[in-house]
Amino acid sequence: MGMSRSALALALCVAALALVPLAAETFYVQFFAKIMIMAIFAMSLDLLLGYAGLVSFGHAAFYGAAGYALALTTPQYQAASFWTSLPLAVAASALLALAIGFFVVRTRGIYFIMVTLAFAQMLFFLFYDTKIAGGNDGIYIDVRPVADLAGWRPFSLDDYRHVYWLALAFLAAVYLLLRAVLRSPFGRVVSGIRVNEQRMISLGYPTFRYKLACFVISGAIAGIAGYLAAVQFGVVNPETMGWHLSAAVMMMVILGGMGTLLGPVLGAAAWMLLELGLQGLPEAGGVNLGKHWQMFMGLFIVVATLVLPHGLVGLARSLRRPAERNNG
Amino acid sequence: MKNKMFDRRGFIKGAGVLGAGLAFPGLVLGQGAKIKVGLMLPYTGTYAPLGVAIENGFRMALGESGGRLGGREVEFYKVDDESEPAKATDNVNRLVTRDKVDVVLGTVHSGVAAGMIRVTKESGTLHIIPNAGVGAATGPLCAPNIVRTSFSNWQSGYAMGAVLAQRKQIRNVVTLTWRYAAGEEFVKGFKDGYAKGGGTIAKELWLPFPNVEFQALLTEIAAARPDAVYSFFAGGGAAKFLRDYAQAGLKDKIPLVGPGFLTDGVLDAAGEAAQGIETCLHYADSLNTKRDNDFRAAYAKAHKMQPDVYAVQGYDSGLLLAAALKSVGGRIEDKKAVVAAMEKVTVDSPRGKWHLSKAHNPVQDIYLRRVSGKENKYVGVAVKALDDDPASIAACKMS
Amino acid sequence: MDLHTFLIQLLNGVQYGLLLFLVASGLTLVFGIMGIINVAHGSFYMIGAYLAWSLTARLGSFWIAVPAAIVITAAVGVLLEWLVIRRLYGRDHLYQVLLTYGLILVFEEMRSLLWGDDVRGVPVPASLDASIPLSDTLSYPVYRLFISGVCLAVALLIVWVIQRTRLGMTIRAGAVDRQMVQSLGIDVHALYRVVFAGGITLAAFAGMVSAPVSAIAPGMGNPVLVLSFVIIVIGGMGSVKGAMLASLLIGLVDTFGKVMHLEIAGVRVLPELSSMTVYLLMAVVLLWRPEGIFGRRT
Repeated sequence: MGMSRSALALALCVAALALVPLAAETFYVQFFAKIMIMAIFAMSLDLLLGYAGLVSFGHAAFYGAAGYALALTTPQYQAASFWTSLPLAVAASALLALAIGFFVVRTRGIYFIMVTLAFAQMLFFLFYDTKIAGGNDGIYIDVRPVADLAGWRPFSLDDYRHVYWLALAFLAAVYLLLRAVLRSPFGRVVSGIRVNEQRMISLGYPTFRYKLACFVISGAIAGIAGYLAAVQFGVVNPETMGWHLSAAVMMMVILGGMGTLLGPVLGAAAWMLLELGLQGLPEAGGVNLGKHWQMFMGLFIVVATLVLPHGLVGLARSLRRPAERNNG
Repeated sequence: MKNKMFDRRGFIKGAGVLGAGLAFPGLVLGQGAKIKVGLMLPYTGTYAPLGVAIENGFRMALGESGGRLGGREVEFYKVDDESEPAKATDNVNRLVTRDKVDVVLGTVHSGVAAGMIRVTKESGTLHIIPNAGVGAATGPLCAPNIVRTSFSNWQSGYAMGAVLAQRKQIRNVVTLTWRYAAGEEFVKGFKDGYAKGGGTIAKELWLPFPNVEFQALLTEIAAARPDAVYSFFAGGGAAKFLRDYAQAGLKDKIPLVGPGFLTDGVLDAAGEAAQGIETCLHYADSLNTKRDNDFRAAYAKAHKMQPDVYAVQGYDSGLLLAAALKSVGGRIEDKKAVVAAMEKVTVDSPRGKWHLSKAHNPVQDIYLRRVSGKENKYVGVAVKALDDDPASIAACKMS
Repeated sequence: MDLHTFLIQLLNGVQYGLLLFLVASGLTLVFGIMGIINVAHGSFYMIGAYLAWSLTARLGSFWIAVPAAIVITAAVGVLLEWLVIRRLYGRDHLYQVLLTYGLILVFEEMRSLLWGDDVRGVPVPASLDASIPLSDTLSYPVYRLFISGVCLAVALLIVWVIQRTRLGMTIRAGAVDRQMVQSLGIDVHALYRVVFAGGITLAAFAGMVSAPVSAIAPGMGNPVLVLSFVIIVIGGMGSVKGAMLASLLIGLVDTFGKVMHLEIAGVRVLPELSSMTVYLLMAVVLLWRPEGIFGRRT
């Protein structure tokens, strides 16, 4: 019962979102597409934070890697094929996650946080300092990938509305995929490891492999988001691997509510709208508030971590719970 | 505060709109009659003072033509680019697709400017680059609607190379800079200029950006004993480098030279360590021309501080735009005409007269300067009317 | 590289390492004793440097400015612990990372409001403004040697406090068993407040001491923070000994990475990839000892 109701609600949401590009202005269509891309990214991180209990502070590495994979495999002045470049980019992210995960999954707690950050910084510097991909200025994807299939072009990535719909489709697909993963025996083992790893070990589960697999899946999904972001504006730079992005996406997960799939989506939307709003702050009392918008962002983060530990989803639940109790 | 008044005046005065319409009857003015100017500059972080100086200069130039462009009222839209390349496309998109500005001014950071170009090249929005010296902007990435009013990194590097090549006692030079695009372009320019005069580079040393632990490389320099060191660092890195260089005892033994950014804006922080250092740039303190003196006096009066090269670049951006729009009667919607007009303008800048090259980079005199007290004092003209890197010009294909 | 240059580079590496130790030691103590990960640690390095600059200008002497700045940062530390940090005890590290990341943004903007966005410099105190000639072209600034001396002294002080004093005993006990210490009638909250304030004061002190040879600039704490993380991963959490060893290792790896030339299969690896060397070192240590060289096995 509840299942079909939530499926219906989800379908309605997707349908409503699909209508946005028909009415909204270009800027907002692109802005909402970016929110959905960040939502995919946040969901991928939530798999680690909320389900596996692995606090990755370097998740942007996998997001950026997919963008770089696309940029480096796109021939100059020619288009890559969407159908090959997307799997390639996602595979690059997954491989990177495998390599980094091999090291970091051995650690836990504070170590895990520091080590994931340090590895992401190492990659950041690899692209920043060398000429592999344009150094610190980044690299352009001069021509966006084309989605031709035997002469037929189902959509064009040069059209911002098509990019929007593509992001929406991926958002829905990733949501369904993650839901399936989490309900599978694999998902239950991963949750079990978060709750009590010793117990899972004594039950005979190779927890290292489970955590590593989880890390790779998460990295691959972050790669989808990174690929879409690179396609949207056609530019990739080292900051797409930077720790500010890693922190921002972490905040999106917490803000929305970790350990839920809907939370990261809400969190991504709330975070990006907040950023847009704060930057537009007017001048008050001789101080240009908009100039110091990052101060408010910082204060917001501090307050939100203290008063909203379970995010917006948690807030909604705690508001609903007393009401339900009254009703029944 | 005074600055901000332009905004409000722009918003309040509707009358000017009518005026513009009457002055050019028969014109269909695109989106209302106000010209929308988008400022995408750094307002937070290390580059914030540069962003403010550019905006001050730009507004000052507009103020001189009555706060109008080609007779039309001006409305400003501002975005803080945070010097954050990852957000560059998102940020410029706010101006281009949300606010639908007619012209974008930005920015300081080369990586951010490159991201902006990605968007403006596609949208065709007029784009004036008031600082970022990245070669590609007027090279492989060039476009008809993109102009630069500042410099290319290659230019100041080349000029310094040409100067050192003339000094017969300096036969081998070590270069030292951060390993990133700007550093490499300065060094390339320097090598081009120095090699043309017959000099050789003894050693190229690099430091990862933004690392500021110079001691190991200073030891290398001391061991290599070159006749001079050509170096580029900027901001905090430059201040620290100058101090470390002096404290390592190298300053009096091996002359240190570089592009102007090595000493611009860091003289307070570097103190004694910067004295006597020679650099090349398209602007200098105490140029002592009437044009520059007038500009400096006016700027100092309006903003209670001395203008710097960034203020001049902002000012020149305003001059160029105002002159072009004047000659097309304010029709900013006709971008082709505006660009054609810009290409014909000779900007009478405080730095001296300059014009745009075919690739839309300034063709300008580069000065040799020497640090004295709190100023980068004018010494002479290093190279007259210098265009950009020939390789870059060849790579620019305007379509 | 001749022997002479090699020895000087060795000295360079050791000095850089000692400076890194000063920042990392505060971080590792707060980690080890309180179980708190403070991402804003680097901000205090920056605040220390700006305080040294602003107070030197105001009070006229670097030697008066530093003690004053120490008192101010310690007070800020106590206040901050009381305001926010104590609400993080026992909570997931995730929240600690986020909250302290938020603090970075707040501190950066406060720095912008208080001191502006310009690059600043503090002159080297006159009494130490000299150089020792090492070769005919190179001489070594006395102030750098002074910094090394200070770093060593602080390291010894930390070890002495922890090993030999009553406060140190309580701290060690508190790190192992919080309940036990509390039942002995010792105020753990007050203890933590002292440790936190001490930890960030160490970072700020590093910023102050290095102010005369560093560029005081916005965001200067960020690279230092990430390096401190690497040091702690290599050295082992909470281990002062480990932090010292790891700092020296990183100082040397970084120094020689920049000046050595290394080619592998015709591709120039060094100095091109010198900024990655410290992370590679970290990866090797992780494979060998995931808990760090001097870390406790858990």
